[in-house]
Amino acid sequence: MDAYEIVKAAREEGRLTAIDYINEIIEDFVEFHGDRLHGDDKAVIAGIGRLGNTAVTVIGVEKGKNTKERITHNFGSAKPEGYRKALRLMKQAEKFKRPVICFVDTAGAYCDLLSEENGQGRAIADNLFEMSDLKTPILSIVIGEGGSGGALALCHSDRIWMMEDAYFSVVSPESCANILWKTTDKAPEAAAALSLTAKDLYKLGIIDRICPKGDQKGLKKEMEKELEILMNTELNELIEGRYRKFRTIGY
Amino acid sequence: MELKKLFLKADNELESAPNKLLGRKITCKKCENKISVSKIRKNYFICPQCGHYFTVRARRRILMLTDKRSFIEMDADLESKNIISFPGYEEKLAAAREKSRENEGVICGTATIWGRKICIFSMDANFMMGSMGAVVGEKITRLFEYATDNKLPVLGITVSGGARMQEGMISLMQMSKVSAAVKRHSNSGGLYIVLLTNPTTGGVDASFAMQADITLAEPGARVGFAGPRIVEKTTNQPLPKGFQRAESVLECGFIDDIVPREVQMDYLGKLLELHGEK
Repeated sequence: MDAYEIVKAAREEGRLTAIDYINEIIEDFVEFHGDRLHGDDKAVIAGIGRLGNTAVTVIGVEKGKNTKERITHNFGSAKPEGYRKALRLMKQAEKFKRPVICFVDTAGAYCDLLSEENGQGRAIADNLFEMSDLKTPILSIVIGEGGSGGALALCHSDRIWMMEDAYFSVVSPESCANILWKTTDKAPEAAAALSLTAKDLYKLGIIDRICPKGDQKGLKKEMEKELEILMNTELNELIEGRYRKFRTIGY
Repeated sequence: MELKKLFLKADNELESAPNKLLGRKITCKKCENKISVSKIRKNYFICPQCGHYFTVRARRRILMLTDKRSFIEMDADLESKNIISFPGYEEKLAAAREKSRENEGVICGTATIWGRKICIFSMDANFMMGSMGAVVGEKITRLFEYATDNKLPVLGITVSGGARMQEGMISLMQMSKVSAAVKRHSNSGGLYIVLLTNPTTGGVDASFAMQADITLAEPGARVGFAGPRIVEKTTNQPLPKGFQRAESVLECGFIDDIVPREVQMDYLGKLLELHGEK
């Protein structure tokens, strides 16, 4: 698949969504609601459960599977209250020394009037700020779309993994093509130029693992292994490692 | 692209006019009066007729806000590379360097305000619309690290269209990189003041522009995450008057105060004094 075929595959209806990953990988999942400030954003599902023998906090951006569900979950575009719910539960994970797992699948943060007025920029900024020294391991997996800042807000993590047919990009290929060449017809060229596939990003040192699709059992095993490593890392070392991970990108 | 309109051509003329051309007149975009360059410069780059705020270049900002001859630049020679081989990026960079006569979109260093030492970063609207790539991220990160090590406050002046598309995910990741450095500075007890100027949007709004202890803005500055056209399209109704302008963003609760240009330096001096920085 070329870069744009991957983008299209990542958006395809009928693809596994965050709920599928949670159902298949996390046992005893209990969903929690609300950011305690404003409301409950259904684009973000969050709660606690168990990965193997470990209690974990789970956060997923959910797109929904059919039109009705997609509307309920706002097509996986989170509002500020969604990011704040995620942060609230990450802080709770820190308190109870639970690792955090994020399943990321979003075309981008929601950009309607209310989200702007409610501080979308601030909400994302807060997540990056707080996650950078959250005193518990964070593992993020981009399972479909990794749409810019809205995806990054759940990816300031110790490990960032991607499904082989997912993408993660600073801008959608369509917007990029529109800005550069004044036509969305050139989205495939833009997709190729943006280095947005798991392979490209692995080569750039931005992500840590490419996960084969359709192998939830294998993924679960890898996640358990990785969490064990992270949980056995001394806290100072973990936080320093997270700092270095991002510190070394780009220069 | 709509953002381009926010970066006025006239402003470049205003800044780079040699002294012999100071008497030349340029047209104010807002009131359309012709006003001499020297009059605008003397008036803090505000139109004396209608109060319109002209864009102020990064270096000029530093001069306007800090003690005379106190600024010492850091990391001036860092230049961007085309890491992901994005088509046409080298040419864009070359054009930006020529237009702005700067190496990159942010200028960093130390200076004093009312005799108190600070670290300062000032973004430049004329360098690819103040967009953030690896070098912008690296320079600001280094500045925060220096400020943490030397127990100095940071003053940031933002103007940006967001992450720099031509650097792909490397530019997006600068949001994380800078945020982590801001957090460390904050944890060490460091004071961070940000002055949001027109426009501060996208990935910069969603990271270090929104992480300061004290968030100030210039009157009328556009501050927001998504572009107004996208917001209008998503909301499917006309945007309210003053949408994403500093005044309404303050009403929403995200800005501490709006500070007009003519009093900014004294305002900052007072804040530093109240924090007891030496």
